[in-house]
Amino acid sequence: MPVSVNVKGIHEGLLISLDEGNWEEAFPSLLEHLDSKPDFFFGAKAILQLGGYDLHAADLAALRSALADRGMGLRTVLSINEATLRAAESLGIETKVPKREVRESPFSTELQGSEAIFLHQTLRSGNSIRFSGHVVVLGDVNPGAEIVAGGSVIVWGHLRGTVHAGASGEEGSVVCAMDLSPTQLRIAAYVATSPPRRGKSLPEIASLREGRLVAEPWNPKEKPKADDGVRE
Amino acid sequence: MAAKVLTITSGKGGVGKTTATANIGVALASLGQKVVCIDSDIGLRNLDVVLGLENRIVYDLVDVVEGRARLRQAMIKDKRLPELYLIPAAQTRDKTAVSPSDMIRICDELRPDMDWVLIDSPAGIERGFRNAIAATDTALIVTNPEVSAVRDADRIIGLLEAEEKGPGKLIINRIKPELVERGDMLDTADVLEILAIELLGLIPEDESVLIATNRGNPAALDMKSKAGQAFRDIAKRLMGEKVPFPSLDGTDNLRKKLSRLIHRTGAA
Repeated sequence: MPVSVNVKGIHEGLLISLDEGNWEEAFPSLLEHLDSKPDFFFGAKAILQLGGYDLHAADLAALRSALADRGMGLRTVLSINEATLRAAESLGIETKVPKREVRESPFSTELQGSEAIFLHQTLRSGNSIRFSGHVVVLGDVNPGAEIVAGGSVIVWGHLRGTVHAGASGEEGSVVCAMDLSPTQLRIAAYVATSPPRRGKSLPEIASLREGRLVAEPWNPKEKPKADDGVRE
Repeated sequence: MAAKVLTITSGKGGVGKTTATANIGVALASLGQKVVCIDSDIGLRNLDVVLGLENRIVYDLVDVVEGRARLRQAMIKDKRLPELYLIPAAQTRDKTAVSPSDMIRICDELRPDMDWVLIDSPAGIERGFRNAIAATDTALIVTNPEVSAVRDADRIIGLLEAEEKGPGKLIINRIKPELVERGDMLDTADVLEILAIELLGLIPEDESVLIATNRGNPAALDMKSKAGQAFRDIAKRLMGEKVPFPSLDGTDNLRKKLSRLIHRTGAA
């Protein structure tokens, strides 16, 4: 009577489990099962769950050879039978599956966020950064430098070059800078230039409001007004 | 005694690279240093004119690169100073006649016997610039206090940093204190805020430079020239001396104007 063979793919290889029965019947059943799908099993590492089967070293050696003939390595034998375990050890076959360490990634987060590129440098004239997500610059953006971002742009420094946020059409994109003095500023399809600055520069955020580019101080004390792209 | 190789470059044309190369060379040689100036502006040579050596050219840089002359044969010895030499550029060729590796080879040959190799770079960012910076230890970036010159200088510094030959040292040339005072010209702080590299020299606008060029007698040899003095200060700073920068923001002029005003109104 054929013995049922169950195959399951696990991290360490293929876990092949044999139902209870007679080894004289179980062994051929196993080989028959392996021969039914030779390409699938070829090159695999086998972990044999032998349950209570009472096997000698000779049986295990024959088993290992048979598997080797079919291109499989017998890596591990799992058994509750003492004799089988000792036989496996004597043949140098593992009797335990090593516990896979699942390390918690320090970078997994429940908040999704979106991709940004970070530059810790000043962009000089002629430098160009193009990125489909957001762009963050820790440094200045000199006149003659350009940033083209699919998302928003934040400059922790003087922004004096040209900047295009929401370059693929995202009108909710914003441009923030400690000193917002770009040669030209664009959000999505809208363009504006900086009026000449009077007095000290303040951190500002530029955004699209009702079809107009507006720049307002970062911590407004009063509600912002939409005003033809002119600074507050 | 391995020489330091300095490349004088700017990006923008006409800001004073050749003037600076000639005058810094003369100033260093006046301090007893062994200096060779190389004009790498192939096709548009003028370092020879500024130094007043144009009628002594027999061989030039391209002759050396192409093997028609040995390096020593192309070095013109200045008769005014003990150890100042010029390797002129070729006038009838262009920048493709010389390659970066040629420049490295020539500078390596000069290093053991000299204290300074000054390379006058052409304007631009193409082959001529690449030739000029190939062998450099330090770039001296010359700019004017003027937005387009500063824009180009920034580009040059960016290119130098990208090739790990940066950042270089800055010379601000042709400063007019009256214009700075009126707010019509960028002041030193404005320029340094964008370029953010070490300041090496501040040179005032001075007509003695134009006169000197036409005579082939660099202003650094003229003790009465203000620009000449500024170039001599640069040479001292290159030698490690701490020389304070002149105040060219016009505060001296303001004080003079105020004192004249007080005297005219009869105030004490």
